[in-house]
Amino acid sequence: MSRDKILAALRQNQPELVPLPAAMPLERVEILELQAKFKAMAEGIGSTVHLVDEFAAIHPLITARFSGEKRIVSTIKELVSAGIPAFEFDSDPHSYEDVDVAIFKSNLGVAENSALWLTEDQMGIRVLPFITQHIVMVVPLSAIVPDMHTAYQKIGEAEYDFGTFIAGPSKTADIEQSLILGAHGPRSMTIFIYA
Amino acid sequence: MKRVGLFIPCYVDQFYPNAGIATYQLLKKLGLDVTYPTGQTCCGQPMANSGFEHLTQDCNQLFVDNFAEFDYIVSPSGSCVLHVKEHLHTEKSEEKAAAVRTKVYELVEFLVDILQVKNLKAKFPHKVGLHQSCHGQRGLLLTQMSELVAPYFSKPQQLLAQVEGLELIDLKREDECCGFGGTFCVVEEAVSVKMGKDRVKDHLVNGAEYITGADMSCLMHMEGILKRENSKVKVLHIAEILNAG
Amino acid sequence: MSAPTKTHPELSAVFNKDEERVNWHDETLWWIRQKRDKSANSIPEWEVLREKASQIKSNALSNLAGYLVSFEEKAKANGIIVHWAADAQEHNQIVHQILQKHGIRQLVKSKSMLTEECHLNEYLEKQGLEVIDSDLGERIVQLAKEPPSHIVLPCIHKKKEEIGDLFHQYLGVAAGTSDPQILTEAARVHLRETFLTRKAALTGVNFAIAETGEFVVCTNEGNADMGAHLADVHIACMGIEKIIPKRKHLGVFLRLLARSATGQPITTYSSHFKKPRAGQEMHLVLVDNGRTIQMGREDFRASLKCIRCGACMNTCPVYRRSGGHSYHNAISGPIGAILAPNLDREKYADLPFASTLCGSCTNVCPVKIDIHQQLYKWRQVIVQEGYATSAKKMSMKIMNYTLSSPGVYRTAGKAGRWVLKYIPFAVNNHFNPWYKQRDMPEVPKESFGEWYKKNVK
Ligand code: SF4
Repeated sequence: MSRDKILAALRQNQPELVPLPAAMPLERVEILELQAKFKAMAEGIGSTVHLVDEFAAIHPLITARFSGEKRIVSTIKELVSAGIPAFEFDSDPHSYEDVDVAIFKSNLGVAENSALWLTEDQMGIRVLPFITQHIVMVVPLSAIVPDMHTAYQKIGEAEYDFGTFIAGPSKTADIEQSLILGAHGPRSMTIFIYA
Repeated sequence: MKRVGLFIPCYVDQFYPNAGIATYQLLKKLGLDVTYPTGQTCCGQPMANSGFEHLTQDCNQLFVDNFAEFDYIVSPSGSCVLHVKEHLHTEKSEEKAAAVRTKVYELVEFLVDILQVKNLKAKFPHKVGLHQSCHGQRGLLLTQMSELVAPYFSKPQQLLAQVEGLELIDLKREDECCGFGGTFCVVEEAVSVKMGKDRVKDHLVNGAEYITGADMSCLMHMEGILKRENSKVKVLHIAEILNAG
Repeated sequence: MSAPTKTHPELSAVFNKDEERVNWHDETLWWIRQKRDKSANSIPEWEVLREKASQIKSNALSNLAGYLVSFEEKAKANGIIVHWAADAQEHNQIVHQILQKHGIRQLVKSKSMLTEECHLNEYLEKQGLEVIDSDLGERIVQLAKEPPSHIVLPCIHKKKEEIGDLFHQYLGVAAGTSDPQILTEAARVHLRETFLTRKAALTGVNFAIAETGEFVVCTNEGNADMGAHLADVHIACMGIEKIIPKRKHLGVFLRLLARSATGQPITTYSSHFKKPRAGQEMHLVLVDNGRTIQMGREDFRASLKCIRCGACMNTCPVYRRSGGHSYHNAISGPIGAILAPNLDREKYADLPFASTLCGSCTNVCPVKIDIHQQLYKWRQVIVQEGYATSAKKMSMKIMNYTLSSPGVYRTAGKAGRWVLKYIPFAVNNHFNPWYKQRDMPEVPKESFGEWYKKNVK
């Protein structure tokens, strides 16, 4: 069997155990202004960032920005209204093909690269953050950490079936290195950071 | 007084004696006891880089025989020095070879690190472009490498800054390879020439009158291209500039 | 194993016939190298990060068997079906069997250099299956019936006008279109249709975590996710060296990967697949294909640390001026040149020589593989195993004889600068590869040795 052959060959050929290095120190050389850094990084990769004083300020901004869109779904209960319907689960992922705007809540943002962490239970269904034409993310300011080391420290041993870091709208530069937003996934990403 | 053995690589001996002479004179000016062991030939690098390291035994033995007695071995070629440092081994006298490996220096590093030269009395009132030869730079760490996130330094620049009247030009790509690469220059003729042309062009558009560096082999390659293009720009080994005026 | 029809020097000579295009190719990749520099320089602890990554990979390789076993156990417990393939052939068969079992004849595939290495597309197409590559760059080269020329930027050698022609021919875009925005939109529409209709999706794997049994796939386009989350069957294929010990190590690697590759702070998507979606079947194929042999070569083992960022290609002055296809291997550039000889020394004997050993690759490598040292070492192996051409061997022997004997050296020198013969300046004619585009150095009146004899001794 190939499994046993491969493992036997490795046991034969791999060198003596090399120890793991000490973890990256979490005290940082540069002190990041988390909110400002996050915003700058996000805008640098094509996201739109709104800093709002309170959660209640988000709803009108979403409505204003996406009022013309046909199918909007919110996985955040607190944002559901007449104009923003709640996400409803359908086990067939293809049924979300025509979603224009999908709204998610992230509890972990990374200042150094503006990535936001979402797990399957926050997505409604796995395909949604990818298939939607526009993605909206809501994140509390307190959820922003400086870098990926602290991010994984926060994730820790958490159980999830699927999780993803999302940083900006989907993009490609495959044609002569011209950056185009909206490759296969969302064409835009709007982020609300609330205090 | 410490004794310096002068190691003049084969192609410098044959084609660029002035680089060798300048090296010799410069070291003498700095008050050193310099000897050129006449039995020397080559460090074996052209063979080794072509995959024939196993044939370099005799060559290596000869090198050890010629240079083991000196306190320092100094050479105006980063590439050959790097080769000796990394690959000089002999069957008969490995202990001596090990000693040779630690006491061989490229001229610039010898001047900066060992002699700590701060005040060269040289004059060269020209616009000069400095070519960072890869083996000297990335192998011997003569200049900080642009790929790394680390503080900048440059030993050749430190020396050139002491030359009166010399104006160092800025290059668009500060440390790109010129494409010489030993036998690469003929085996991969097309790419080698293109790399050389591009490197030369960077110096030309930035107004160099001379291109200098610590490795004559790269300069030989760029000179071949300059001449073919009928350019008036000349190449000079850094020893010739440090010894000028 | 077959000898190559054309070697790197021959293929790059062809590439260099169009100098304008070489300039364009070089500048484009240099621009990416600069973006990488800028991004790396924004992280003061960059070099520490590289060192950590290298050490984590050293640990992973030194206990790879153990980590694979633990990964398999966790992955199975998570509901993933794990397969093992000794070589490309077995890998391709496994993928084919999975598709057959479900009666699926069409596959959508996101970027996976492993499947390029295994020539999966050709294999499946021969069995009458249809494969569509969903990464835009890969789709473009697929339409052009070419292999990717770069591991991260598959169609970096193609101009937008050429892409426009392809899209005109295959996707019905108006003739003469070359605006990247319009072309990308056309591909989006075409591939969305593909994602929505395929029942099986294949993805690559960037990292697999021994501790948890999850695997991570990084893309910018979102194509891996679109494929995987819409399909009933998800097949992920990975080389066995992709294992890292712990989830938290992703912090190190994800900070390095995109910054090294394109200068982005992170890829748009870093998706962690731990369990199949309800109702979905998830397969993972672990592939050896020579990796266990490379593990046994002490000098070349570190090549297995590669995270396929492509930085060594972007910085390589030879790659930039010869193009990915000149390496006639699925993986091109410096890393390709040290991986390929492991599988076939004869076919890829030319690749370790396609370098000046400048060392820039080693300096950009996020996992600190000593790439240029390995190129040097492969040269020794290739020559010792007898794959150097005999002409080169002869001249090397003569040179060695001359150089190791001072008497012969001096006579030869007097007889007309012996070096002219052997380092490469024979005669001034256009058959001499030095003289073709470069002049000879002027022969001085006397050598340094002669000057020294006259003036010093
Ligand atoms: S060898 Fe290093 S630089 Fe090259 S692709 Fe692999 S990880 Fe990146």
